Amino acid sequence: MEHPGAEAPEVQAHARHGVAVAVLVWAVTAAAVVATVVATKHWWLPPVASTQGMAIDRLFLVVFSIISVVFVLVHLLLGFTAMRFRQTSAAQRAAHWHENRRLEAGWTIATAGILIVLTIFGGSLWLQVHGSPPSGAMTVEVVAQQFGWQFHYPGPDGVLAPVDLTRDSFRSPLGIQRAERGAADDVITNELHLVVNRPVRLLIRSKDVIHSFYVPHFRFKQDAVPGRVTQVWFTPTRTGTYPIACAELCGVGHFVMASTLKVETPDQFEAWMASPGTR
Amino acid sequence: MAVIEQEARTAHEVAHRESFWRRYVFSLDHKVIGIQYLVTSFVMALVGGLLAMLMRLELGWPGSSWPLLGRILPQGFPNGIMNQGFYLSLVTMHGTIMIFYVMSTALTGGFGNFLIPLQIGARDMAFPLLNMLSYWLFPVASAVLLAAFFVPGGAPISGWTAYAPLSATPLAGPGEGLGQTLWLVSLAILIVAFLFGSLNYITTVLQLRTRGMSMMRLPLSTWALFITAILSLLSFPVLLAAAIMLLFDRHAGTTFFLPAGAVIGGKTITAGGGDPLLWQHLFWFLGHPEVYILVLPAMGIVSEVISNNARKPVFGYPVMVLTISAIAFLSFLVWGHHMFVSGMHPMLGTAFMTTTLIIAVPSAIKTFNWLATLWGGKLRFTPAMLFAIGFVSLFVTGGLTGLLLGQPAFNMYVHDTYFVVAHFHFVMASAALFGMFAGLYHWFPKMFGRMLDERLGRWHFWLALPATFGTFFPMHFAGLAGMMRRIYSPQMYGYLSGLSGVNAFVSVSAFVMFVAHMLFVVNVVWSLAKGKRAEANPWQATSLEWTTSSPPPHGNWGERQPVVYRWAYDYSLPGSDRDFVPQTVPAEVAAPAAVQGGQ
Repeated sequence: MEHPGAEAPEVQAHARHGVAVAVLVWAVTAAAVVATVVATKHWWLPPVASTQGMAIDRLFLVVFSIISVVFVLVHLLLGFTAMRFRQTSAAQRAAHWHENRRLEAGWTIATAGILIVLTIFGGSLWLQVHGSPPSGAMTVEVVAQQFGWQFHYPGPDGVLAPVDLTRDSFRSPLGIQRAERGAADDVITNELHLVVNRPVRLLIRSKDVIHSFYVPHFRFKQDAVPGRVTQVWFTPTRTGTYPIACAELCGVGHFVMASTLKVETPDQFEAWMASPGTR
Repeated sequence: MAVIEQEARTAHEVAHRESFWRRYVFSLDHKVIGIQYLVTSFVMALVGGLLAMLMRLELGWPGSSWPLLGRILPQGFPNGIMNQGFYLSLVTMHGTIMIFYVMSTALTGGFGNFLIPLQIGARDMAFPLLNMLSYWLFPVASAVLLAAFFVPGGAPISGWTAYAPLSATPLAGPGEGLGQTLWLVSLAILIVAFLFGSLNYITTVLQLRTRGMSMMRLPLSTWALFITAILSLLSFPVLLAAAIMLLFDRHAGTTFFLPAGAVIGGKTITAGGGDPLLWQHLFWFLGHPEVYILVLPAMGIVSEVISNNARKPVFGYPVMVLTISAIAFLSFLVWGHHMFVSGMHPMLGTAFMTTTLIIAVPSAIKTFNWLATLWGGKLRFTPAMLFAIGFVSLFVTGGLTGLLLGQPAFNMYVHDTYFVVAHFHFVMASAALFGMFAGLYHWFPKMFGRMLDERLGRWHFWLALPATFGTFFPMHFAGLAGMMRRIYSPQMYGYLSGLSGVNAFVSVSAFVMFVAHMLFVVNVVWSLAKGKRAEANPWQATSLEWTTSSPPPHGNWGERQPVVYRWAYDYSLPGSDRDFVPQTVPAEVAAPAAVQGGQ
């Protein structure tokens, strides 16, 4: 029994498999790490283009770093236990301890500490994102329906005419009655145009089922729920053309419910607003 | 039907005889009912798995033509190309089947029924007739659910979450007619089955424990199943109520979830008072505990398997019990983290973020406890142990991304993307599946009196773990790059075009994973016929089920029920000559103090 070579085949098998398991766990971990490194170059968050998005990316990096370290450490440890404590001889005996108050208190407090910090960071950013919009913000109404988006601008008078989606038709888009006060100059479009560095307040609504207004480059998403108007705001920081997607399953055409967001300079924006195609 | 022959042989030894139907079909025996639950769940798993394979076919190679499938499924693949409605019905049915009709039923229905009476030293469940009814509602519910594929319009397209108003009116899309109604009716039937089961488990654990089996001597698998039953009993009725309300909205003209002024399919909703968010609150009030209904039993099983194969007492038993209970309690307070971007008040988001991050503490403690149980052990790498180790890896991987998703501001970016799909497929789907396999490899000998083939079991694991990572890990990248879930094709969006390689890789890994799990089916069939006969206690385990024969006779024990003298984890007790001391060994024997000078 003293010589490793003399062990029963069963014990030898466990000794072999312990090494194999450790190698497998480490290999999977290494593959995950390598894949993630490669992913940061090819399949990562698209370039950010809003102030809120930048703050969200910073939060992501902090939390992502913490969980990456924990992921690697736990897996290294898991592989190590398999290797180190595998059965290698029939005479081997496992330890019997099963309590260690100090150790247990230690890891509980450490975990709780990290989570308290994350809660404070995360909570304050969330409230900041959902705070009231700055006074100079422009307002655009976003209306979702199966399977497209419409954007409603108040026009030069700054008054957003009331929409009535039950009267939405080709002749009166969004059911806006042109005779009503402030309605004559309202603009309804299929593309969203915004002004760079100018905060925008969105009023999001849906005509039929739930949709979700998703702008990946702004790290922004908000459900459009029929029967309610949701107010959110953000500030675009880079001119360019960005995709808008529907992120909530809304029916067979869900996957084609796309639109475009153009962030422009004030001059470009005014020119677009004034162009006959937009009016 | 080797199962039946095997059972029949043992049953001969039991005094009273019952007809074939009474014994194997409409059985009152908890062991048979447990096995019935497992077998039915496996049939459903095969269906749910195949649906996932079809989804991966589309996602890996969007819009491709598959002439053979066009011939087999002309409705779903007109001209060989999958149609969009069919894709969404696959999404819906895969999720529904896997969560409710596979994992819930196998883990609580299967293991709950089989293990609880055996581990507490009872002869059967408290209410055997209720138990039989509970099982028989399951195939009925399954048949009603699958029927949705064959009705006009096909299966529902609203996802397993069935968000109203998409699910509330037939006008919202194909599959939202009779298909969605069948879905709701089926779920209602299944919930009744869960409630019958839960009542039974709770009563049995509280009332039928044998002499000496105090609560703090229960094996952790029974603890987990007991807490899970309480969780089910308190959360499933809420979904039942919601499902009935939705049926009323659909068929009786009520508008619980339909807001006035919505125009769906050209029809205007006139009656007021409804709110689509009400459905989400009710759904997730069950939906989140449901995650733990799946993962808690798996955790219990894994604790058991790790301790047994490490030949070492489970580390921190009282804390393990406490954390199971804490997770169960907290799981009622976190549902709003599914609704950060739903339009719910932002302040609620902060509250739900806090509870969500708190629940990470007991989850982390459990992981540390498993590692501490392994530390200093004498590890045996049986297939059960391999899957238990796999569980820890998958649970940690998925749990960690929960910390990102629990941040509402970041959640705004990845909500409803593949990042979420990756997260829950690790933490609850794959982890629970691995926990279930750990349990199946561990208790199969007890269930059927045959050993599963170890070599095939190891192959199963060796293929399944890398394939699981290969399938779900890259989904994180797709999600971070902004790929929405539940889309038929990402080709509409230029910014997602770089993901085609990733999506194809995921699909190939998923196919490998499917094949890997099929090895288990092969193993079961082969072992039932040709497997080595199992002795009473093949793993040298301590808990009560291993003190009776494999499989146990009707009534579980001979003349007298076992008496318990110690907890379930006396492995490698100093002074004892063997490295395990069963719960039935009196305290004075093999107790460290008593044997010091003796033996």
